[in-house]
Amino acid sequence: MRLLHYLRALRGIIVRELYRFVHQGGRFGAALVRPLVWLFIFAAGFRSTLGIAIIPPYETYILYEVYITPGLIGMIQLFNGMQSSLSMVYDREMGSMKTLLITPLPRWYLLTSKLVAGTLVSILQVYTFLAIAWLYQIQPPPIGYLTVLPALLLTGLMLGSLGLLLSSFIKQLENFAGVMNFVIFPMFFMSTALYPLWKIKESNELLYTLAEYNPFSQAVELIRFALYGQFNQYAFCYTLAALFGFLGLAIVGYNPSKGMMQRKGGA
Amino acid sequence: MTFVDSTALAVNDVSYAYGKKTALDRVSFVVRRGDCTILLGPNGAGKSTLFSLIIRLYDSPAGSILINGNDVRKKPSRALAEIGVVFQQSTLDLDLTVLQNLRYHASLHGVGGRLARARIREELQRQGMYERRHERVRQLNGGHRRRVEIARALLHQPSVLLLDEPTVGLDVPSRGAIVEYVHGLCMSEKIAVLWASHLIDEIYPSDRLIILHQGTIRAQGGVSDVLQATGAADIGDAFHILTREAM
Repeated sequence: MRLLHYLRALRGIIVRELYRFVHQGGRFGAALVRPLVWLFIFAAGFRSTLGIAIIPPYETYILYEVYITPGLIGMIQLFNGMQSSLSMVYDREMGSMKTLLITPLPRWYLLTSKLVAGTLVSILQVYTFLAIAWLYQIQPPPIGYLTVLPALLLTGLMLGSLGLLLSSFIKQLENFAGVMNFVIFPMFFMSTALYPLWKIKESNELLYTLAEYNPFSQAVELIRFALYGQFNQYAFCYTLAALFGFLGLAIVGYNPSKGMMQRKGGA
Repeated sequence: MTFVDSTALAVNDVSYAYGKKTALDRVSFVVRRGDCTILLGPNGAGKSTLFSLIIRLYDSPAGSILINGNDVRKKPSRALAEIGVVFQQSTLDLDLTVLQNLRYHASLHGVGGRLARARIREELQRQGMYERRHERVRQLNGGHRRRVEIARALLHQPSVLLLDEPTVGLDVPSRGAIVEYVHGLCMSEKIAVLWASHLIDEIYPSDRLIILHQGTIRAQGGVSDVLQATGAADIGDAFHILTREAM
């Protein structure tokens, strides 16, 4: 019976997230328009400027659009993770986070369930993006669409747990703008999403080191390899470790006796 | 304090502070099944803090809180399963329908399938809201939202119902309907109700009172006990005396 309770709660949280996603049609549109603008405009413009050498997992010279597609998938998941974080801060201000936190199940389970629900939504967005990209002649091998799924699950969970962690520390909705400036943009631009590591190394050694240790870089690389049916072990381990680190801290952040909630005087 | 069979909620010597500012100081009381207990106090008395400790949004090592004998710190899941809560601020998802909100709550409490459908139907019918189950919450007025929240709080058949100033912002008929309904619940369902309020007219003569001010309990007992202890003519006067003397 207890197991059934856990499963019902997980299903309930996922269904609610999907309902919210469907009801907020604008959110789906915005989530898709952002990477598509990058793909159709930015990448097209930079195609001639940036030459990409043959680097794994690619076996031939590739167009810049092809190179940045995994980065844009990562971008979708990064924004989705931050969007979940934003909605959690909003839920906390509006009080609906309370209804989740007073559920008679362990808090780590409730938070993880919320994370899984957010990740599933991000995966739906990613596959829609990949379908549009396919029409734009960005066509990874068919098996890649299958092998990328577990990678997306892991990267979505990792980026979502970062959002969860941030939401446990952000007191008010207004503070969220800071997250955009200090987390999303540096994470995205200081990564392998837009340019390969060796290119960054050529221009700036410090930036190269930061990009290499940026968990978002490893998430993008995991997606890049998985999309071509390959497994990048280092990126997998790094992303997994980042997931446990962020999630562990987020759970502490939401713990009533140890976390920030009571110090803030809000729940 | 001894835990007896009819005790649904026992708060024993609970203290809490925000930094150096004491919010609750050695608060103790019990709420028995079938009791409607009004937690009366001015704004800032510590009512919401006390509620947050009971439902474990906050945590305090000072004192203990037992719900049907389950310590909220040691057995939080068991304790929380026995509680239904209506928060001061609406916590319904505005973009979801009434039914979707209630299904979500039922699933969080492990109530599913046929039982969930039956419980949702029963509680919404009691509130006269069943016909409106497919409407989005955003379309409902404040009184109807409150009714849905009470239905939601009772879905999993808790033994303790906590209401944190649930009538704030409602018109007089909506307030009256909620006050009457909740008092009826105590009688018919033998639910233990703890109702935080600062509105004197929500009190019935049969209610038990806890008067909280500046984090301490100034008086508790039946309405007549409090009147006798303060020598006041009515609860309004008693409340005034108890909260004024302490200032």
